[in-house]
Amino acid sequence: MLPNPDSKATTSSSVGENSSDDGVMSVADAIANLQQTADTSLRYYAAWWLGKFRVSTPEAIAALLTALEDESDRAPDGGYPLRRNAARALGKLDDPRIVPALIAHLEDPDFYVREAAAQSLEMQGRSQAIPPLLKLLEGGVEAAQPVPGKPHLTEPYEAIIEALGTLNAIEAITAIEPFLGHSVAKVKYAAARAMYQLTQKDEYGQQLIAALRDPNLQLRRSALMDLGAVGYLKAADAIAGAFAENSLKLISLKGLLEQALNAENPDAVTLSEDSIHLMQLMDGLL
Amino acid sequence: MTVSPLIQAVEQADSAPRLTAAVGALAAAKDADAIPTLIQVLGYNNPGAAVAAVEGLVQLGEVAVPKLLEQIDGYNYGARAWANRALARIGDPRALNTLLEAARSDFALSVRRAAAKGLGSLDWSKLSEDEINTAQKQIFEVLMQVCEDPEWVVRYAAIVGLEALGQNAEEYRSRIENRLQQLAQKDAEMAVRARSQLALSP
Repeated sequence: MLPNPDSKATTSSSVGENSSDDGVMSVADAIANLQQTADTSLRYYAAWWLGKFRVSTPEAIAALLTALEDESDRAPDGGYPLRRNAARALGKLDDPRIVPALIAHLEDPDFYVREAAAQSLEMQGRSQAIPPLLKLLEGGVEAAQPVPGKPHLTEPYEAIIEALGTLNAIEAITAIEPFLGHSVAKVKYAAARAMYQLTQKDEYGQQLIAALRDPNLQLRRSALMDLGAVGYLKAADAIAGAFAENSLKLISLKGLLEQALNAENPDAVTLSEDSIHLMQLMDGLL
Repeated sequence: MTVSPLIQAVEQADSAPRLTAAVGALAAAKDADAIPTLIQVLGYNNPGAAVAAVEGLVQLGEVAVPKLLEQIDGYNYGARAWANRALARIGDPRALNTLLEAARSDFALSVRRAAAKGLGSLDWSKLSEDEINTAQKQIFEVLMQVCEDPEWVVRYAAIVGLEALGQNAEEYRSRIENRLQQLAQKDAEMAVRARSQLALSP
């Protein structure tokens, strides 16, 4: 089917017979909006809505799986916006059909659908996604080049590597390691994060600490989130002293604190020194 | 007039690092004439400069309080959070009403958490016994409410505030301990449960 250049222009506020007048959408409204094909912006919103409100009914899943195969909603760059949103929504939901469908779209022609599929497979947490994710790293750093005329690399490496780390893909270590030297900082730090998750080796945690001193604020923020996600306890003081918002530093330290508390003996009456130190740092950032 | 070149440097700084450096120099002068400029900097959306400005205002202490209360920004929540943080650290009881209101109902969670922490550590030595009793009652009631804030970090700050209040206000100690024990067992967030437990440890 040809792209419809007018489809994005219909930002109609009319919600049709499928929505109630008070602007509150029901699950049935959302599914009906996703199934109709006249208004692509309604479909796009409905896909997001079902994920946001975690609607895992069989009807919602079926409608999202259909949207994941959509051919009608096309972006000016040739991409598939509805597929992207359907892939993101499915990551948050629970149904045995989801993981195989997302795996199939790791080979989608649209880069952003592949990226959403990788991120959603990370959230689904199923090890069956590991071999197909690993396959996307074939060709190594040499193949991970910018696509001419596009603002991205050949594959969504950051999402793929982070997913492999979260899925505890020990078999991916040798494939991920070379990406520590990638020229794109976000890819490099994704590799450091995954390598730390997979090996628990200090050197990788230290690379994330180094990212806290990057001149780019966005990278410092993303290092705060990475350190919180992996719970690297030795980063505590560096996090507290980083040049970034206190709110983000508190979230990051909370990640470390949860890691420290989980490592403690559940029968212990007193808190560990690590936990107490983390809370002292957090108190100072309030 | 000795600080006017330093104030000028702040006003003329044309990059984030230069602004931070200029504010640091102005703060280090510890001169009351710097107060209005230091407060202005809180609204510049520059965390480095704001940290330096808060530091300067805290060093100046109670002399900065009237201007902080007067210039508090109703529209910029970033600036409001920094101002509340400065008031909280100075601990001057003249900030009581501002901090109570902020902890209870500011829409920005960064403001609520700064105020909740500060309420626990006001400088009681400045008040008469009657004033202390009235203030501690208000603080106790507001912080008990704030323990139910939807944001974990605000509940965390309320615990820090209640812990400090309990050390100063014997009258409320057992009720605070009861509340902390509930939070230590039932709060949905591990970090909040752990902070309650820490507050309860001898």
